[in-house]
Amino acid sequence: MSYDWSFGFLWEYRSLIFKGLLITVAFTIGTNLAGLLIGLVVGLCRQFANRYVTIPLVAYIELFRCTPLLVQLVWIYYALPVLIGVNIPAYTAAALTLSLYAGSFYAEIFRGGVAAIDKGQWDAARGIGMRWSQSLRRIILPQAFRLMIPPIINQSILQLKNTSLISTLAVGDLLYQGAIITSATYRPLEVYTMVAVVYFVVLFPATILARQMEIRMSRGR
Amino acid sequence: MIEISDLHKSFGALEVLKGINLRVEKSSVVALIGPSGSGKSTLLRCLNLLEEPDSGVVKMGDAVFKYGADWRRPGDREVSAFRARTGMVFQHFNLFPHMTALQNIIEGPVIVKKMQKKKAVELALHLLGQVGLADRGSSYPSELSGGQKQRVAIARALAMEPEILLLDEVTSALDPELVGEVLDVIRALAEKGMTMALVTHEMSFAREVADQVYFMSDGVIAEHGTPDEVLTRPQNPRTQAFLSRFRLSGN
Repeated sequence: MSYDWSFGFLWEYRSLIFKGLLITVAFTIGTNLAGLLIGLVVGLCRQFANRYVTIPLVAYIELFRCTPLLVQLVWIYYALPVLIGVNIPAYTAAALTLSLYAGSFYAEIFRGGVAAIDKGQWDAARGIGMRWSQSLRRIILPQAFRLMIPPIINQSILQLKNTSLISTLAVGDLLYQGAIITSATYRPLEVYTMVAVVYFVVLFPATILARQMEIRMSRGR
Repeated sequence: MIEISDLHKSFGALEVLKGINLRVEKSSVVALIGPSGSGKSTLLRCLNLLEEPDSGVVKMGDAVFKYGADWRRPGDREVSAFRARTGMVFQHFNLFPHMTALQNIIEGPVIVKKMQKKKAVELALHLLGQVGLADRGSSYPSELSGGQKQRVAIARALAMEPEILLLDEVTSALDPELVGEVLDVIRALAEKGMTMALVTHEMSFAREVADQVYFMSDGVIAEHGTPDEVLTRPQNPRTQAFLSRFRLSGN
């Protein structure tokens, strides 16, 4: 079986590919930031609040961590509007789902990071008269962030790849543009190879950066 | 100075403190001795409310904290303000690893007391000199020996200009050859009239610096008095047994 590979035609579609990449990157950055914020708040409440707060939060975290992202996207885009009677635009549904999904993972990273700090650090901070919030902000979180940087970078990398699923809601990300080009050219092998290469070119440097930071952190004080 | 009465504390089903009364007079040194698990450290941690008593009264000057079913639990603000007036030094130092020695020391004055940073640095440098580490201000804890860490921890506690210094087995985690340098600092503080309560296994040091010795056993104070009374002529059989075990082990 022989196949005549030909990538030349892709040049015609460069603006479409670039637009798709921009949307992918924008969704990655935006939902990562929102996810970090959600994760910080939820993770800290999960660690410190009473059980009336933590039980619903655990439910949220595990629901989003233990179901497929694809199902979540479809559910929030199609099923939630039926339940609450409000139409949600595809871009909003995609951003909301990705943020909540990332938030559930970040929440566990934040909780674990804070929990990993020796209890003696709280004693020392409280011992010099710091309020609870001062101890958290000045002593616990700076140390915890250091532990959390590698898992946060890992999760961010996964998040960029996860954005490919929003193409199912017809959000024009890189994969979606790939599908459009495929339907116009009937050349799926070249198109999806190109899509994979673009993802790789963006992510590979990020993984190198992550590894360097990890090394610096483990060496650091 | 500081006084606690009828203090009770349980962890789950285990009652650790069973009605403790204790007084530390101004400019005096109280040593708490006793076997492991007798409640010494818990008692010390109750003195600055790092451990919240189940019932009883903790009183220092005008600050009075009453615990028990009939009393409102004090809020974070009140308790933190109280702790700012006490200083605590821990067995495992608990220095802030992401800060230099100097930053460790100025953290309390700057953040809690809102002291000007310049003034706090002056104070910190003075205290570093006092504990014999004038040249180590820019070192991180990971670059210091155990004895140096503990001296920085003492300086950090002193930076709050506490009315009482609480020392929780501060030499137990140190290599034997480093114990002396820390005890020297504490001895100098005692000579300057610093009020202190210390939990210790160093019997000869307790005899030397303490004005009062409390022997704890199974969550009660079995015996207390001057070092001579408790350490030389103990009346309580449990104290006698504890001290003879200590002598046998060559201490």
